[in-house]
Amino acid sequence: MPGFLRDSLTIAAKDLRSELRTKEALNASVSFSLVILLLFSFAFDPSAEQTREISGGLLWLVFAFAGALILNRSFARELPNDCLDALIASPISGAALFAGKAAANFLLLLAVEAVSLPVFGVFYNIRWWGQFWQLAGVLALGTWAMTVIGTMFSALTVNLRLRELMLPTLVYPVMIPALMSAIQLTTHLVGGEPLGGDVLVWLRLLVAFNVIFTALALSLVETVLVG
Amino acid sequence: MSAIVAQGVSKYYGDYPALRDVSFSVAPGACLAMLGRNGAGKTTLLKILAGLSSPAKGTVTIYGKPPRDGEARRAIGVLGHGIAVYDELSAFENLRLFGELYGLADPRKAAAEWLERTGLERAADGLVREFSRGMRQRLAVARAFLHSPRVLLLDEPFTALDDRAIAVLQTLLRQALADGRTIVMSTHQLREALDLATEVGLINRGRLAFRGERTQAMLDDPGWIYRHYGEA
Amino acid sequence: MRERFIILFTGFAAVLLVRNLYVMLVKLPDEAAQGAIFRIIFFHVPAAWTSFLCFFAAFVCSILYLAKRNLRYDAVALATTEVGLAFAAGNLITGMIWGRIIWGIWWTWDPRLTSMLICWLLYAGYLMLRRAVEEPSQRARISAVLSIFAFVDVPIVFFSIKWWRTQHPQPVVWGGGTMDPSYWNMLFLNWVPLILLAVVLILIRLRQEEAQREIDAVRRWAHAL
Repeated sequence: MPGFLRDSLTIAAKDLRSELRTKEALNASVSFSLVILLLFSFAFDPSAEQTREISGGLLWLVFAFAGALILNRSFARELPNDCLDALIASPISGAALFAGKAAANFLLLLAVEAVSLPVFGVFYNIRWWGQFWQLAGVLALGTWAMTVIGTMFSALTVNLRLRELMLPTLVYPVMIPALMSAIQLTTHLVGGEPLGGDVLVWLRLLVAFNVIFTALALSLVETVLVG
Repeated sequence: MSAIVAQGVSKYYGDYPALRDVSFSVAPGACLAMLGRNGAGKTTLLKILAGLSSPAKGTVTIYGKPPRDGEARRAIGVLGHGIAVYDELSAFENLRLFGELYGLADPRKAAAEWLERTGLERAADGLVREFSRGMRQRLAVARAFLHSPRVLLLDEPFTALDDRAIAVLQTLLRQALADGRTIVMSTHQLREALDLATEVGLINRGRLAFRGERTQAMLDDPGWIYRHYGEA
Repeated sequence: MRERFIILFTGFAAVLLVRNLYVMLVKLPDEAAQGAIFRIIFFHVPAAWTSFLCFFAAFVCSILYLAKRNLRYDAVALATTEVGLAFAAGNLITGMIWGRIIWGIWWTWDPRLTSMLICWLLYAGYLMLRRAVEEPSQRARISAVLSIFAFVDVPIVFFSIKWWRTQHPQPVVWGGGTMDPSYWNMLFLNWVPLILLAVVLILIRLRQEEAQREIDAVRRWAHAL
């Protein structure tokens, strides 16, 4: 479907261009991730061995909390000037609009992670790059899961008052299975071992989560956007 | 074929009917001014025509196609309450974006052309957030006209426009009518609207209370239609 | 008609409950390892089943709403979700009481209890979302989509929590053995009055919701005039 792809790319490029021009969400998200990383040091004694054992959980909490700042903005950025109506009235499908926005969010989240992961390594003396490429793959899969849920719920709540107050409570419970998988896999990989054996069940779960919810979001987003 | 056909369109907010059994058609090249009080259902009707909202009952077709059909959406240009352009993008980038979304053969050329027609060519690379109100409004007009829509849906187009933007819009609308394009506008501003309109409709509490040609009597006394067909 | 159903079902549920309680408390012997408290399971487990039935009904009604755009389905989805949440809360609370007696702690991260908590949060979010939307049709549309997302998520949550917890040591509930058949019978027998109770609650809630909708519409009319 070249039309779908072209429309998605147009939307993604538009979102990235306007975000990179102001860097509002990006700056907020990166700074917030650094603050959380700092706060963790007070929550427990950051000795390397202990931290490694819970590294997956720490990292994904940072990603999920800091990422919310980017995801919340995704559809909200269409509200000033009523741009959302113009996009919905234009000939692109709701699914293409969603896919484009999700792609932009995905890249922005990866950018935040690319900053906070090395900082995490430095702060807590963790050599996390032992399985670099597998870790990158897991980050991509986990981030896509957050992106799909976050972007969909951003669309769902775009016209509501109290949007910001509501989103975290709605989004995180839905994400739990994906976050759990990503945490398990990341802890394993940061420990330096390649994926295999029992751990693969989490990889399958994460992939299944992504497939199911991507399909669900793409098929329902039109219903959400057109009243 | 009629440019716009609405048949038995109803829309509910909960159990409250915002539109009740509204039927009308608009011939190609006509300009229909939809009058009515605030909350009468004008905006709801325009949203349904534009495919932003779906009717609970009844059907709408734009040149024979349902409004959510891709072909119908390419045929429609919408000018709503908001200016629907992005503050962080330049005027040119905004128009190019919508040119791409509407699948124009050459979005850059169309963008440049419409910047010129709305007198914004010198501000092409300026960010919209730095624009004055009048410039933003003209850009909004350019965005709505960019893909040469055969059907223009305008929601209160003259409200809040400054004089120059009104002049630009009126020129463009006259030209659009001369080109055989169809216009539906909802409006309070009777004088500006009646001046352009070839036909008039009045919505009263969700019902189409009057539909007919614009007459000289209306021009002479813009309050006439409300007194005759609107409820006191 | 509906009145009669409500009264009939309530009476039937009450009779069954009294009968079941009599058998539970008088006829059935204490469980060997747990003593008297094990009887809580006759409410704990059927409450969970009932809540899942409710959530499933809400899922079906949400799909039906999106397909037919009839607000009646939305009202049923809301009523079943609320009642489902009440039964899920019943499941959580009885589980906690049981844990307090047997293990001496109010909360263990037992896989089923954890999953139920997540499930409860998902649907509590549904109710929260509804409160934030004024316009009934928009509310119905948005919350139907959320309900579908939540229901699809529930089995994934249950599997993932199960795998998560099996990698950690966890307390054994039934001594690793199987339950006595007379206990199983009682489990199912006691499910019947709980389902009847759920139906009654849903019917009552539905009546309120319909009245609410009428009031909303009348209020909008009043504003329009």
